[in-house]
Amino acid sequence: MMRFLAWTVFLLGCFYFLMPLVGMAEFSLRMRRGEYSLDAYAVVFADPRFWATFGYSLKLAGATILFGVLLVVPTAYWVRLKLPQARPFVEFVTLLPLVIPAIVIVFGYIRLYNTSSWLPMTGSALGTDILLTMGYATLALPYMYRAVDTGLRTIDVGTLTEAAQSLGAGWITILARIILPNVMVAVLSGAFLTLAIVMGEFTMAALLNRPAFGPFMQLIGANRAYEPPALAVIAFALTWGCMGLMQLATRLAKHERAKA
Amino acid sequence: MSYLTLNHLEKSFGANHVVKDFNLDIDKGEFVSFLGPSGCGKTTVLRMVAGFEMPSSGSIVIEGQDVTGLRANARNIGMMFQAYALFPNLTVAENVAFGLRVKGVARAERDARVAEMLALIGLPDLGARYPFQLSGGQQQRVALARALAPRPRVLLLDEPLSALDAKVRVSLRNEIRAIQQDLGITTIFVTHDQEEALSISDRIVVMNGGVADQVGTPFEVYNKPSSAFVANFVGTLNLFRGVLEVPASGVVRLGEVLVKLGRAVDRPRGAAVTLALRPEAVHLGRDPAREVTLPARIDQVHFLGSVIRIRVGAAGTQVNLDTFNRPDTPPPPVGSQTEISAAAADFILLEE
Ligand SMILES: Nc1ncnc2c1ncn2[C@@H]1O[C@H](COP(=O)(O)OP(=O)(O)OP(=O)(O)O)[C@@H](O)[C@H]1O
Ligand SMILES: [Mg+2]
Repeated sequence: MMRFLAWTVFLLGCFYFLMPLVGMAEFSLRMRRGEYSLDAYAVVFADPRFWATFGYSLKLAGATILFGVLLVVPTAYWVRLKLPQARPFVEFVTLLPLVIPAIVIVFGYIRLYNTSSWLPMTGSALGTDILLTMGYATLALPYMYRAVDTGLRTIDVGTLTEAAQSLGAGWITILARIILPNVMVAVLSGAFLTLAIVMGEFTMAALLNRPAFGPFMQLIGANRAYEPPALAVIAFALTWGCMGLMQLATRLAKHERAKA
Repeated sequence: MSYLTLNHLEKSFGANHVVKDFNLDIDKGEFVSFLGPSGCGKTTVLRMVAGFEMPSSGSIVIEGQDVTGLRANARNIGMMFQAYALFPNLTVAENVAFGLRVKGVARAERDARVAEMLALIGLPDLGARYPFQLSGGQQQRVALARALAPRPRVLLLDEPLSALDAKVRVSLRNEIRAIQQDLGITTIFVTHDQEEALSISDRIVVMNGGVADQVGTPFEVYNKPSSAFVANFVGTLNLFRGVLEVPASGVVRLGEVLVKLGRAVDRPRGAAVTLALRPEAVHLGRDPAREVTLPARIDQVHFLGSVIRIRVGAAGTQVNLDTFNRPDTPPPPVGSQTEISAAAADFILLEE
């Protein structure tokens, strides 16, 4: 009886989550009257702006991940090793981006770094891209920090550090050869979350006026009928692909098998 | 000229004065154990030698070089930890090679050294495994190989056996000792297991409350403990409280019996003194070769196989003694009256 109830609830849940997706996917296939086709996808893929914005966002996502890892891994490591009493404070700081809306952050950027400011970052495309990367890194910070910090919890940071030091290693070697590889799975899950966030982000890119994927999706959505659901399906596939890669990374890390 | 010298080392954590005026000279190739109860500062001294803690004052000299201010990674000191200190992301061979890679040793030489080390610890075929695929004892062997691979000047071991089960512990400690003697590497070994310290050390430092109470060979520390603490901590002891009757010839009264130590005691006449006897120095029954005889009553008999441990009441205290099992003599019945005897020279006079 309990089993039956559990299955009923589970199926209802699946129905609730899957129906809109199925409906959307089905709708995206109906561009051609009276039959299913991939025309909407063909239109999307034929649009040069799709590839341009997609590529641009991908590049920025890469930069964001790189910057995020270089910022978060040493920080989380240092806090665990030397400043354990500061952990609640650091965690609070890393959670702030969840509370402060992106629009506030980007307006802050524009005020601070506009063309008549002391550091006119928005004056050039490169400067604005750097600004946007910083913004993305801020948005991804809560996820990245949490993932890495959880990863660090599974190893004895203090002892491993001292073991490496007694073997002659300096900080860079310890971080690159011991700490980073041991939290690689956590870093990858943080990275894929970051990728998903960056690919869908709209506010910052739009307000900084950069040709990112988010604003492109919004533009299409406002003007077309069949292409937006096709784009949404592509975006979902991308996210799920990321999650699959996260799983794969966990599976492939040989020394992680012991923990699983 | 000693190889490793600790001069007046002091360490405080805030108001907590953990190590007090610690002095020690260690010769090249010597195996020295730090023995003491939990919290006495053994690990702290070791970590100062390794460079993980800065002494509050005092200095550490290795091969005539003052290393007190040197960072841990510049000291060339090998360290083996209690447990779980292998790098989990590296294979056994990569773990052992780590120190060599950091030093920039060329590939071929590195591989040769790793093979040599793995052979030394008796695990020549496990180079490709990851630490989680090894038993606790194997992991500690690899940790030893990793510490030794870069040819450190000093090897430090902080209770490396305490996480292992009893059998492995004994075999591995003998192996560590054999390897240490083989390589002639100067070693400090921290333990709170007196048997471990006694069995493998050249010298033992018995620590108490951050102070080195006694430094000596296992034989000296066991047979001539310099303080009541050392006597109690190393091995089991029977304590007798008595009164000093004749300081010049060392006559002590224990109840009705006079014990003639046959050596001068630097204490005033009538002073309360504590005498100690090891269980193996007490003989059940009268023995013409032993000067001191005390009446006793059998309280407990523990048959341990080759050894019988008997507890008797004598001179107003409880005395443990060990006798060897003999198939033709059954142990005495509990409650019976008997005598115990001991040689005057076996009595240890404890400093107060
Ligand atoms: N980083 C530290 N901060 C504050 N106090 C410390 C620190 N490290 C050690 N202590 C204190 O110093 C004292 C000695 O510690 P230590 O670890 O040297 O003892 P130990 O002899 O190694 O004991 P055990 O046998 O339990 O390992 C303890 O009272 C401990 O609480
Ligand atoms: Mg300790």
